[in-house]
Amino acid sequence: MSVQEQLPDVRQHPKSVEPLGLAEVERLRADFPILAERVNGHPLSYLDSAATSQRPLHVLDAEREFLLQANAAVHRGAHTLAAEATEQFEAARATVARFVGAQVNELVWTSNATEALNLVAYGISNASLGRGGAAAAPFRIGPGDEIVVTEMEHHANLVPWQELAARTGATLRAIGLADDGTLRMDDAVEMIGERTRLVCVTAASNVLGTINPVEEIVALAAAVSAIVVLDACQSVPHRATDFAALGVDFAAFSGHKMLGPTGIGALYGRAELLAALPPFLTGGSMITTVTLQEAEYLPPPQRFEAGTQRVSQAIALAAAVRYLDSVGVERIHEWERSLGQRLVVGLEGIAGVRVLGPQSGIDRAGLVAFEVDGVHSHDVGQFLDDRGIAVRVGHHCAQPLHRRYRITSSTRASLYLYNTPDEVDAFLDSVHDVRAFFGADR
Amino acid sequence: MSSELESLYREVILDHSRRPHGRGLVDGGAAESRQVNPMCGDELTVRLHPDATCTRIASVSWTGHGCAISQASASLLHDVMLDLEPNEVAARIAAFREMIRSRGQSAGDEELLGDAVSLAGVSRYVARIKCASLAWVAVEDALQRFEP
Ligand SMILES: Cc1ncc(COP(=O)(O)O)c(C=O)c1O
Repeated sequence: MSVQEQLPDVRQHPKSVEPLGLAEVERLRADFPILAERVNGHPLSYLDSAATSQRPLHVLDAEREFLLQANAAVHRGAHTLAAEATEQFEAARATVARFVGAQVNELVWTSNATEALNLVAYGISNASLGRGGAAAAPFRIGPGDEIVVTEMEHHANLVPWQELAARTGATLRAIGLADDGTLRMDDAVEMIGERTRLVCVTAASNVLGTINPVEEIVALAAAVSAIVVLDACQSVPHRATDFAALGVDFAAFSGHKMLGPTGIGALYGRAELLAALPPFLTGGSMITTVTLQEAEYLPPPQRFEAGTQRVSQAIALAAAVRYLDSVGVERIHEWERSLGQRLVVGLEGIAGVRVLGPQSGIDRAGLVAFEVDGVHSHDVGQFLDDRGIAVRVGHHCAQPLHRRYRITSSTRASLYLYNTPDEVDAFLDSVHDVRAFFGADR
Repeated sequence: MSSELESLYREVILDHSRRPHGRGLVDGGAAESRQVNPMCGDELTVRLHPDATCTRIASVSWTGHGCAISQASASLLHDVMLDLEPNEVAARIAAFREMIRSRGQSAGDEELLGDAVSLAGVSRYVARIKCASLAWVAVEDALQRFEP
């Protein structure tokens, strides 16, 4: 049994990167057997990785190997498998922590980003009820305090803060969006002030593709000692990430969007903040001493990992990180950047199609949501599915954003390392035919 | 275009979606219901209009936005629900439900559903059943508050 996995130093990304080439991408695609599926008589074009990505054999194999050789509950029991499982589980944490610029004790396993964000919201909520003692006092919020979000947030980075505001009496405010899909930084400057206790913002919009100026927001928050919570779901899988260097206080991301399994995600928290934050879920595995009346808690990250953990999923996520790292996340980023521009330019050239978010030529995440004049997104998606093209339709868990642009839903194509220019072109050709099929061009 | 897609988007459906019948809420009405499709956020409101005796449903008016399937379905429903007893409305909703949940096994009862049987093809597309059902669920809900 191989106990220790090799931990590559993933923080050292090459300075200038040669973009991924088509030949290499074709080779990588062989690692993802699902991409060879045929759907409705056509080769599958999977353009929905922003919802969930596909998994390479390396990830499936790593999970299977663990389950076949070392499966056991972690941090409990002393038999050989339990020790081995614990070691692999913690090694996986170290791998993922390094990948995002965190210390090992700064990375808490969660089910997904949604749970990670709720963990922070409930930790603050519990602090506001007096839990966590004096150490947690800085987290306390109440009437007169403000939580600042943005109008582009995924519901996962909005609803938990609405609930926190409702429970504590704090006020929720939202930074508006400009017509071009960017954050209204004038709003941000005006809004982030003395009363601001929390600023919750996404690194990249899952609908608009906008890359937010996180450093500027961190600076505004730092000036008023507000805590910054970053939704990193759409950034960690696609670009080199260093949360410590970025200066955010908390950050959340999901494994299934970065070639890993569902059921595993992580919360990054600055060490001193995690050390002071009261727990969210409580129970086994997060305590030191329990009496019938009360309990003392372990330090982070275990304090936030109550109950039996998702061990094989964590190990598989580490394998996904090693896979991303072996390709080079910055090279992946470049590939997606060029494919993404091909998407935007192509869509902009189709009559009756309106791209949401930054126009071509402007840096954006490798995803594009758009509206087709006279055709509902469900129908667009159905039409594309008939040709084997998988896209996301609906509000993408961002209703306020859609309302801001006076629509209820949109169609979104999103890219990852395994997508090809041919897939993009096939998609564009199909979008081209949509309006005629539905008679919207008449 | 594949024949599957054409069996989903029959010409009748596309026609109704482009020129829907009964669209626009008419003043008055004895009962109303608003339904939301949580997947896309589309909303649909229906209103039941009683006849002069207030015992029958003379017509259904509706408003909302949505995909071709949901709009055509509301339009086809409007054509079906003309001058009916409440129990006749319920029977048509039941027939529609049977058809739309049949996973391609039922062509629909044309006697009860008229042109709405053209929506039978939707039953093969699990993700679209909600779209087709929205108007019918709304009428079913409103019917509970329709008191002759
Ligand atoms: C920007 C963003 N935030 C949060 C989430 C929520 O992720 P999950 O559902 O894995 O918790 C997603 C994905 O759906 C997302 O795209």
